[in-house]
Amino acid sequence: MTGFVARHSGPGPGPVPVLALGDVLLVTLQGELHDGAAEQLQHDISQRIASSTTPVNGVVIDISGVEIVDSFLGRVLAEIAASSRLLAARTVLAGMRPAVAITLVEMGLTLPGLGTALDVERALALLGRAPSAAPTAHPEEGA
Amino acid sequence: MAEHDTAPDTAKELGAFLERRREQIGQRWADAALFRTVFTVSRDEAVEAGKAVVDALADVARSGRLEDVDAPGFGTVRDQLGRMAAARARAGYTPVQIAGEVADLREPVTALLQTELQDADDVWVHACAQALAVLTATLRLVIMETTVSAGEELIERQRQQLLEVATPVINLWDGVVAVPLIGTLDSARSQVVMESLLEAIVDQRAAYAILDITGVPTVDSLVAQHLMKTVAAARLMGAECIVSGIRPAIAQTIVHLGIDLGSIITRARLADALAYALTQQGIVVSPRPATGASQR
Repeated sequence: MTGFVARHSGPGPGPVPVLALGDVLLVTLQGELHDGAAEQLQHDISQRIASSTTPVNGVVIDISGVEIVDSFLGRVLAEIAASSRLLAARTVLAGMRPAVAITLVEMGLTLPGLGTALDVERALALLGRAPSAAPTAHPEEGA
Repeated sequence: MAEHDTAPDTAKELGAFLERRREQIGQRWADAALFRTVFTVSRDEAVEAGKAVVDALADVARSGRLEDVDAPGFGTVRDQLGRMAAARARAGYTPVQIAGEVADLREPVTALLQTELQDADDVWVHACAQALAVLTATLRLVIMETTVSAGEELIERQRQQLLEVATPVINLWDGVVAVPLIGTLDSARSQVVMESLLEAIVDQRAAYAILDITGVPTVDSLVAQHLMKTVAAARLMGAECIVSGIRPAIAQTIVHLGIDLGSIITRARLADALAYALTQQGIVVSPRPATGASQR
């Protein structure tokens, strides 16, 4: 992160809450994510997975409230996925908007390591059905 | 009076003449083919339209910019001229024929001008007539321009319609959407396809999206790149994308070009793609079991 100059010098809206639902961590992003908050979130998630008394199998990041994604946020998401996988948890992005998907593809960020789902419900179903040991982007559903 | 000095004066004289005789010119033009066919309902309306054009020509003449298509006078009647030209074009006239009809408008005015300047010096009459000729020639140009730009607008509108018509998103099954791609896939079209497909994925809550390229004549590296982008965007939304309708020739082309579609699920036919999507969702389609005697 050191290469980036913080774009928002003023105090941000505070850290993003990380909710625990059984063996899954749920993060809901709203609006624009400030650089500081993004770094904090990355730190919080890996901390929570590592220090949790019960094993954490997956992380669901709900981005249905995010209208603009830049390359920085794209990288943060990829890094959250990579560090979670090191701690044996799969990351699923849920509810990406069409405009955001087009922007990311045009920027060449296809986020290959991340699982994706249409909404949180399906993301949870994806994590519940698929074994966490298989870090594939497209687990065989209901096969 | 030397010929070269007369140009601004003749223009002014012409402007004054047009202003004086606007009523008569308007009446005569109302009988001309161009006005008669556009204003079929009321002759008064045709006279009014004719007078508006005369006023515009008088404006142009007074400003001395006889050969200038962008002279402010023409701007005010461009709508009017556009309507008349469009009406003639709808009647099946070519731009050249329309321009010919515009040229016919000159004769009644020339006749009026000659009767008015009967007593004047021959050279002066000739110069005025010449100025009038230049002015009507410019009017012709303006009408040509309006006709052509109207045609261009039409083409642009149809191009846009073609984009939308050619890319329908079909709901094949609960949670399965498909886009049958027909024709050449360029950047503009692939953008429309991508947007409408992603919107459909959200609306239908579709987990599977099928891109059928049966109707795409050739696949080159650019088309493949567009396909891969669409597939990647659909994946980011949480839907799995299947490319179907790959003909043997296209499969060979893709291999020869060295394009790697390895990360994309491909099927030969749309039916195979649908079967894959259904199987993945745990849906089995099987023929109804034979019940022996009850069947005829």
